[in-house]
Amino acid sequence: MPSLGADMESGTLLKWYVKPGDAVKRGDIVALVDTSKAEIEVEIFEEGVIDELLIPEGARVPVGTVLATVRPNAAGTSPAVSATVKDEAAAPPPTPAPEPAVAPAPTGAAQPLRAAISEDHRLRVSPLARRAAEQLGVDLSEVSGSGPNGAITKADVERASSPAVAAPITRAAAPALAAPAAAPAVTPTARQAAMREAIGALMARSKREIPHYYLELQIDMSGALEWLHQANLARAVNDRLLPSVLLLSAVARAVVEMPEMNGFWIDGAFQPGAGVHLGVAISLRAGGLIAPALHDADQKSLGEIMAGVRDLVARARAGRLRSSEMSDPTITVTNLGERGVDLVHGVIYPPQVALVGFGAVRERPWAVDGMLGVRPVVTATLAADHRASDGHAGSRFLTLIERELKKPEEL
Amino acid sequence: MSVTPTNTITYREAMREAIREALLADERVFLMGEDVGAYGGCFGVSKGLLEEFGPDRIRDTPLSESAFVGAGIGAAMGGMHPIVEVMTVNFCLLALDQIMNNAATITHMSGGQFAIPVVIRMTTGAGRQVAAQHSHSLEGWLAHIPGLKLLAPATLADARGMLGPALEDPNPVLIFEHGSLYNLEGELPVDGGAVEIEHAAIRRPGTDVTLVAYGGTLPTAMTAADELAAAGIDAEVIDLRVLRPLDDAAVIASVSRTHRAVIVDEAWRSGSLAAEVSARIMEQAFYELDAPVARVCSAEVPMPYPRHLEQAALPQPGTVVAEVHRMMGAVDDG
Repeated sequence: MPSLGADMESGTLLKWYVKPGDAVKRGDIVALVDTSKAEIEVEIFEEGVIDELLIPEGARVPVGTVLATVRPNAAGTSPAVSATVKDEAAAPPPTPAPEPAVAPAPTGAAQPLRAAISEDHRLRVSPLARRAAEQLGVDLSEVSGSGPNGAITKADVERASSPAVAAPITRAAAPALAAPAAAPAVTPTARQAAMREAIGALMARSKREIPHYYLELQIDMSGALEWLHQANLARAVNDRLLPSVLLLSAVARAVVEMPEMNGFWIDGAFQPGAGVHLGVAISLRAGGLIAPALHDADQKSLGEIMAGVRDLVARARAGRLRSSEMSDPTITVTNLGERGVDLVHGVIYPPQVALVGFGAVRERPWAVDGMLGVRPVVTATLAADHRASDGHAGSRFLTLIERELKKPEEL
Repeated sequence: MSVTPTNTITYREAMREAIREALLADERVFLMGEDVGAYGGCFGVSKGLLEEFGPDRIRDTPLSESAFVGAGIGAAMGGMHPIVEVMTVNFCLLALDQIMNNAATITHMSGGQFAIPVVIRMTTGAGRQVAAQHSHSLEGWLAHIPGLKLLAPATLADARGMLGPALEDPNPVLIFEHGSLYNLEGELPVDGGAVEIEHAAIRRPGTDVTLVAYGGTLPTAMTAADELAAAGIDAEVIDLRVLRPLDDAAVIASVSRTHRAVIVDEAWRSGSLAAEVSARIMEQAFYELDAPVARVCSAEVPMPYPRHLEQAALPQPGTVVAEVHRMMGAVDDG
C-alpha cells in the first residue's frame, strides 16, 4: 500500500486492474485505492508478470503492506525471486494528480510480515490485556490502546469494561471544533467525509454568526508546576496528574464567577448554563476534533478531572461517547500546547459563547520584582461572543484563571 | 532487635577478606595468577596476602593464561581448592579451551571420578577508559557452557560471601568482578560471611516494572529506579547474582507481578545474557506481559577510549528510564 500523502496511514484497495499472470510494465495502472480523501490509481514501477494478489478488493490495510508480488521477466518463475520483489512493490509510487507531495511512509521490515499474517489491520494487544479481555468479556475492537505504539494494555481493557457505556453516537453528529484537522484514513470514507462536513458547517456558522473577540494573557506557571511535581511524588503511577488538569480546573473554577461566559446564545438572548460542563477538545486519531463535556468540572478534584479526561479520551477515540456529553458543554477548553504551538485563537462552538485556549508551557525570560528570571509560561487565550460579553469581562475572566493557577493547592 | 556491629569496607577489601578467610579455613586453598603476589594483584585485591601466607599459597605465574588456568584445573583434580585469578575476562579467552574443554567436561567424561572444585576469578566490564581490548562483558559467552557455575557479585555482601561456597562447590565456578565496583564502599557486618549462591535477589521491591540487572549494571538499574520513583513509577530491581544456572523462578515471579520487564546488560545485545533472560520470560510468562520485554545493552561497537564516547556506548540510568517511559505508553489527554 503506497503512501499517497503525508497524512495517510492506511488505504482501501477498491479494485484490481490486473490478475495473476498479467504482464505489467513500469507506469501501468494496476489498482485503485481509496485514501478516504480521494480515489487514486496506483502505478507499478516494476516490469514483469503479476505473481499473486495478496490483498482482496475491499480490504483496508496499513501503508507499507505488500499488495501483490511481481515476478521479473528475466528471472523466470522462481518463487524465491518473487519474494525479493516484495519490498520493492511496497515502495510508494509517485502520486498521480490531485494529492500533495508524497511522503514515503517509514515502513519497516515488519510491515510485509504483518500483511502475511492478516489481511486486515491486526490489533496490537498485550498478552496480559488479551487474557484480561477474555475474563472480563471485553470486545477488543472497541478498546483504544494507550501502550507503546498504541498497544492495548490491561489498564485499557479494565477501563473499557467499566459499566455505564451508553449507546454510541455517530461521530458525524458530534460537535466539532475548527482545527486544521489532518484526515489520515482510519474510519470509513463516508463517515470521515461526513465528519469534515459537520465540522465545516458548524465552524462556518460560528464565524458567520458569532462576533468573536480575542484576548490573551501570559501566565507564570512556576508555582503551579512546582506544586504539581510535589503532589505527583505522593501519587501512584496511575494517579499522576498532568499540567493540563490544572488548566482545566482553573478554567472551571474561574468561570463560576463569570456566568456570562458559561452558557448559550439562543434566539437572540443569553442563557446561562446549569452547572459548569467543560467541553474538552480531544483530537481523534482519525482526524477531526470532538469536545465532549466534563460534567460539573468546578465540583471535581484534580484526581477526578484527570480520571474524567482519561475516560473521555478513551471513549471519544473508541466512538463511545454519550449523547449528554455531546450536548451539555457550557464552555470549551482547547489545549494545543502539546502540539507545540504558543497560542490558539479558537473558534467558538455554537451555541456556546466562549472558548479558552492554552498553548505550550515554555521557559521564557520573565520580569519579577524588577529582576529578570526564567519561568515556565503558558499563553491563555479567550475567544468570546461579543453579543454575550465585552472585553472588560473577558479580561477579568483571564485574570481569574491566572489567579486560580497561582494557588494550585486550592484547585 | 539487636544491632549488628558493622565495618566500613570496600568491595575490593571484601574480596580480599573472602580470600583470606578461605586460606585460613582450608589448607587446600591457594591463590595463583599474574601479579597476585609481589604486586598485590592488578586491581589490588590480593595486596598483603603474600606477606601473610607466603609464596607457596600466593603464587605468581608466568603470562600464560592457558598454562596457569590448566594448572589450576589439574590441582583441583588432585584434591586442591585453587583460586585462579585471571586479570580480566578479555584474557580468559586465552584459557577458554582449558575452561570449556577441561574444567567444564572432566567430571562428565570421567564418569564422576573427578570433581573440579576450582574457582576462577576475573574482572569484567568497561567504564574505566581501558578501550576496546580490555572492556569486554563476556559473561554471556561463558554462561553458554554447561558444567560451569557463574557468579556476579554486585554488592559488598556478595563480594564478601560468594567465594567460600564457590570453593565448596564440586564444579568449576567463575566469579566476575566488575571493575567499576572495586571502590564501592559501605557497611558490612563484622561477622559477614557466606551467602547462598543459587538465587537471584530483589534489591528494590516495586510494582510497575521489573529491571533485571547483574554486576556492573546493578547500580545503573538502582539509579534508574530512583529516577522512575520521582516520576511516580515504582520499579522492582532484580540482581541476577547467579548467571548460570539462571534463577528463572525469581525473574518470572517478579514479571508476573509487574507485567513489564527491562533487562539492563552491559554486554552487546546480540546473543547476550539479556537475550537469554528475555527468551525465558517469553517462554514462561508470555501471558503475564503487558508490553514486549525491552533490553538496554551496550552499543554494538568496539568499546571507545574517549570518556564521552565510552559513556555513550554503555547502558546509562537515563536510557533505562526512557525505555521504561516508552514501555508504559505516553499518557495522552488529547
